Amino acid sequence: MTENKEQPVVQMRSITKRFLDVTANRNINFDIFAGEICALLGENGAGKTTLMNILFGYYTCDQGEIFIKGEKADLSSPKDAIARGVGMIHQHFTLVPSQSVLENIIIGTDSGRGFFLDLRSARDRLLEIQKRFGLQIDPEARVWTLSVGQQQKVEILKSLYREVDILIMDEPTAVLAPSETVELFKTLKHLAEEGRSVVFISHKLNEVMEISDRIVVLREGEVAAERKTGKTDVRELANLMVGRDLLERIEKKRITPGEPVVEIEGLTALNDKGLEAVKNLKLLVRKKEILGVAGVSGNGQTELSEVLFGLREPVKGSIKIGGRLLRAGSPVSAINLGMGRIPEDRIETGLLMELTVEENFILENHVSPGFHRSGLLSFNKIHQFSDHLIRGYGIKTAGRDAAARSLSGGNLQKLILARELSGEPTLVVASQPTRGLDVGAMEYIHKRLLQEKERGAGVIVISEDLDEIFTLCDRIVVMYEGRIMGDVPIGEASREQIGLWMSGVRK
Amino acid sequence: MIGEILNIAFITGLIGATMRMATPIIFATIGEILVERSGVLNLGIEGIMLMGAMTGFLVTFISGSLWVGVLAAALVGMILALLMAFLSVFLGLSQHVSGLGITLFSSGLAMFIYRLHFGSPVIPPIVQPFTQVAIPLLSKIPVIGPGLFDQYMLTYIALLLIPLISIILYKTKIGLKIRTVGENPLAADTVGVNVNLTRTLCLVAGGALMGTGGAFLTLAHQNMFLIDVIGGRGWVSIAMVIFGNWDPLKGALGAIIFGFLDGLQLRLQGLGFRVAFDIFLMIPYLLTIVVLVGVSRKASVPAGLLKPYRREEKGG
Repeated sequence: MTENKEQPVVQMRSITKRFLDVTANRNINFDIFAGEICALLGENGAGKTTLMNILFGYYTCDQGEIFIKGEKADLSSPKDAIARGVGMIHQHFTLVPSQSVLENIIIGTDSGRGFFLDLRSARDRLLEIQKRFGLQIDPEARVWTLSVGQQQKVEILKSLYREVDILIMDEPTAVLAPSETVELFKTLKHLAEEGRSVVFISHKLNEVMEISDRIVVLREGEVAAERKTGKTDVRELANLMVGRDLLERIEKKRITPGEPVVEIEGLTALNDKGLEAVKNLKLLVRKKEILGVAGVSGNGQTELSEVLFGLREPVKGSIKIGGRLLRAGSPVSAINLGMGRIPEDRIETGLLMELTVEENFILENHVSPGFHRSGLLSFNKIHQFSDHLIRGYGIKTAGRDAAARSLSGGNLQKLILARELSGEPTLVVASQPTRGLDVGAMEYIHKRLLQEKERGAGVIVISEDLDEIFTLCDRIVVMYEGRIMGDVPIGEASREQIGLWMSGVRK
Repeated sequence: MIGEILNIAFITGLIGATMRMATPIIFATIGEILVERSGVLNLGIEGIMLMGAMTGFLVTFISGSLWVGVLAAALVGMILALLMAFLSVFLGLSQHVSGLGITLFSSGLAMFIYRLHFGSPVIPPIVQPFTQVAIPLLSKIPVIGPGLFDQYMLTYIALLLIPLISIILYKTKIGLKIRTVGENPLAADTVGVNVNLTRTLCLVAGGALMGTGGAFLTLAHQNMFLIDVIGGRGWVSIAMVIFGNWDPLKGALGAIIFGFLDGLQLRLQGLGFRVAFDIFLMIPYLLTIVVLVGVSRKASVPAGLLKPYRREEKGG
């Protein structure tokens, strides 16, 4: 790239942002240059998204100044930022599923005659932009019919339609299949070549090394370092990001698996729209074995876990746990057959945030003989049980009487883990067990799951994070459009092969 | 008996009654659809209609002008809707609680103001109500002409509102903004649409329609104000919104079907069946429930409905 890089297009000076008593950004200086892809690297909670939300006008900063293209910018809403050419694509897309691609793109723009929408000329303009950047999508398609990768393209088009030349993307690859990532990277490079700037928020080191020209590392709300991509490596970045040497790789013991713990046969289940999300699925997990279910999100993993948990009634098929049939759509049956259930959404499905830590502990087993006498809860025993779990799992909380909502994400997950593993389940099903957690909590969860396996449980880990799957599992299956694309022992698995399966290519 | 039902005068009369009974519900249903498409459920509807009915009557009684009365009713609807906006949009309180609160408040207020002015008369005071306006030529069409085209002005306005609100929702910029605010307020906010302002505007416009619907009942359908004049029509309109799947055309169709049943039961009462008239009064409401049970499973609720919008105050 040969653009003049002396004068940054964006200068953020001494930015500070506090949320109640948490300082998310402290005195941050951050520049963006024309024609570059700048990676903003950091752990969860390092303040990357907050900083960019400030540049996007979604948050206002408590202190600091922003200059865009040489002018001081007071951004009080995203509208101000867009008017100055700054666009941002959030991790959760801001699209309306029931509307068409075109409607989603033109909303809020002033194209059209006076009061009325001018869909025809808007459509022509969109097609022109599509052609220029090679982003083909039918403007009339309803957004809910598109894949996640296509929806991301709609978001990019939405920004380009508004003549955005500074594009911020928040963890854009988290939802993509490997092949879609390749395509996205091509698009981003194309944008940079045209002189536009891209800010790429990520915590994935390999990606950052591949796509960016420059890397700014954030740690605990401050800039930890800045590097030219060519002059650093993954190891250095990891240390900068975490602030210490990364821990040793988790030790995974080789154990020969025992008899089958769960046998799934011919399982078919519908999603909320009534379409088949799990198709004729067959799976078997043995004692002392961790099975990883990999796949891009939305390929039936959620529905599979819900069927296992007893939250969704399958259309067909059977699930046997320890040789006994799971009663379809019955959570009680799942509990009674000894399933430890770690749901993908801890807050929505895993916990009751307004109840205390202790109450959350006994949600599943308050009916068991130890915890009540003729229907009245035996609080002494429950207190003992709770204190034991809080200590055993190192849960940081003000006490068993604290509301669950006062706990951090990592501690919430430990709470669920403690509850689910306390009964020594024969089968553990963990769906996205470390999503959104920091490295420390992640390590802890991984260790605990490995311990469960050593104890003799069968474990199913459903995850979109391939690193996690490779760290934990003994065997990997890949789900694609509700089917198992491939099934391979970890020793024989290659990332390339798994990546192909994830995007639906079977060799 | 069958002969009486099938005679032409009966059918013509039934068509006319259908439109008359449907008018207030069309106003209210379309108003509520506009509000709900922006993501707010206005359960104040029943109370707003009652206040509209009372205000329309009172202002007409004092001013002697029916149209001044209608305008006053619309204005009161807008003011109550602003209160709803303050509670549920600006303060972000529960839409259920705010709306029911407004209905309870309005019910008390309507009676209070009425009594303040009229005391407790033995014979309720009356106004000279609207008269029907026959549209030349069209009203001469046999059978349906006198039914459809010899109606109150407000009925014609209600019918014109149906395509008008449809066009606004689906063909205009503001309509796209309203729909987006109702489905995904964050998406609207990030492209510079003022979510809370849009919702407030929809509430106010909807409030005007609800107030007008109420006024129809005291200025055209009847000529006096009684405390039970609305008789659950606001709640029926909420049901019609669901029946119409949040679409003005289908919602209005629901209102007309309700109007038909209401008109039919009135006429059947007049035919002298030996059944308590309460049974007939029940018919439209009963069928509303039956229809909803069937329809609401497939309903596509605006995704942002019931959720107050705030910028998230905690980021990663």
